[in-house]
Amino acid sequence: MNSDLFPFGTPFPGAGFTELIRSLDLGPDWTFDAQSVPAGLHTPDATTVLALRYDGGVVMVGDRQATAGYDIAHRHVQKVYPADSYSAVAISGTAGLGRELIRLFKTELEHYEKLEGVRLSLDGKATYLARMVRSQLPLALQGFVVVPLFCGIEPELETSHVFTFDAIGGRYEEQDFGAAGSGSREARSYLRTVYHPDCDQTQAINHSVAALVAAAGQDLATGGPDLRRGIYPNVFTVSAAGVQETDPEIIRAAAEVALEVTR
Amino acid sequence: MTVPFYVAPEQLVKDRAEYARKGIARGRSIVAMEVREGVLLLAENPSRTLTKISEIYDRIAFAGVGKYNEFESLRVAGIRYADIKGYQYGRRDVTAKSLASAFSQTLGNIFVQGPKPFEVEVLVAEVGPTINEDRLFKVTYDGTLYDKRGYTAIGGQADELSEQLGERYQETPALDEALDMAAQAFRQVEERAISGWEAALLEREGPPRRFRRLSSDDLESIADGEEPSENGAGK
Repeated sequence: MNSDLFPFGTPFPGAGFTELIRSLDLGPDWTFDAQSVPAGLHTPDATTVLALRYDGGVVMVGDRQATAGYDIAHRHVQKVYPADSYSAVAISGTAGLGRELIRLFKTELEHYEKLEGVRLSLDGKATYLARMVRSQLPLALQGFVVVPLFCGIEPELETSHVFTFDAIGGRYEEQDFGAAGSGSREARSYLRTVYHPDCDQTQAINHSVAALVAAAGQDLATGGPDLRRGIYPNVFTVSAAGVQETDPEIIRAAAEVALEVTR
Repeated sequence: MTVPFYVAPEQLVKDRAEYARKGIARGRSIVAMEVREGVLLLAENPSRTLTKISEIYDRIAFAGVGKYNEFESLRVAGIRYADIKGYQYGRRDVTAKSLASAFSQTLGNIFVQGPKPFEVEVLVAEVGPTINEDRLFKVTYDGTLYDKRGYTAIGGQADELSEQLGERYQETPALDEALDMAAQAFRQVEERAISGWEAALLEREGPPRRFRRLSSDDLESIADGEEPSENGAGK
């Protein structure tokens, strides 16, 4: 009966949006032929993103710079996105692939929610994202690595979670904070010195913006807040109120304080 | 060699239409109305989990009456259609018109070619930035596509409900007025207690995804028990 409706075939459990578009040959193809990638192809890389748990939620922050080799490819890149009403996702690594991964991931979550009438559990979302990263392994082996960062809350349980990933799709839940990208080491070092699990949302935002400033201070590829051009990090919070983008004024104030301290 | 009986196309269509109408007549009806706050969909539905109204895309909702498995498969196909289109192009490129047209073609083909017609009617609603840009499409079992303004109804009592709403609907009402109006129309037509409501609103303003189910609190004003008895209809 289903084959008469639209050319989609019969749904099977776990058949998500990605399988659907693959079955129609519209899907993303993440298996380039090794010879087809010319050596020295520089595609923009997205750099530092981080997520931090606080009392009642989680904050996610990303810098705005994308680099290609030693070149600044873009200054206004967005790396942090709401994934659905109660989770956010960020990317580091090959920017073009990462953006596509996020778009597909968001569509996947929404598709599931509409078909089933309920949202996936946070755990389910993280598992799915890990599988998506894993499916890009052939590209990662050719140097096009995408590593996402995922965070959110489980609205019914009122718990917040941060998940980090590795290039082959390993999934790790972090107790306090997580970071990905070239400046992540520096950002984590900074956060380790200031982090406290009882911090409130404002403190969490200040800490995470300061961590980006610290990362930018050491890592060439990370773009810190740019007061002259008026470019500030993207900041999203996820709490019982859902995903919210932080007011730019608050971000600017946090950035100014962080830059002042490091001067 | 056996020669198949000749059936005149008129007779074939008539038989199939009669069969489909009989199935649909057993289904409880659904009403859609343009209101100031968006587009309201209201269904009589005793079940809390098997829904008849559903989100399709940012500004688009679906409602179906008739055989559950048949309108459910149309709903799933609709969500797939919308998500694929939005993923391939952009979110604004997904419109109720193209979706309703896809339903129309599908139902039309099944009506003529399938072993039996679908015993369903579906409704595709889209909320626009202003009331003039709202869209209400109704698709019947044979694939006929109707473009409605202001209000419409599907299901066994669709014509009677439309008539009742037509008497009441003048200027675009507010949500609570529309709920009252629709509930009264239901009671007038059905002449019995309503077994349960299912309702959703496509909100005119807000975040990209505008579909919101109305909770039992939202529907308290039309819940059975405090229903106005001035209708005088025996129940």
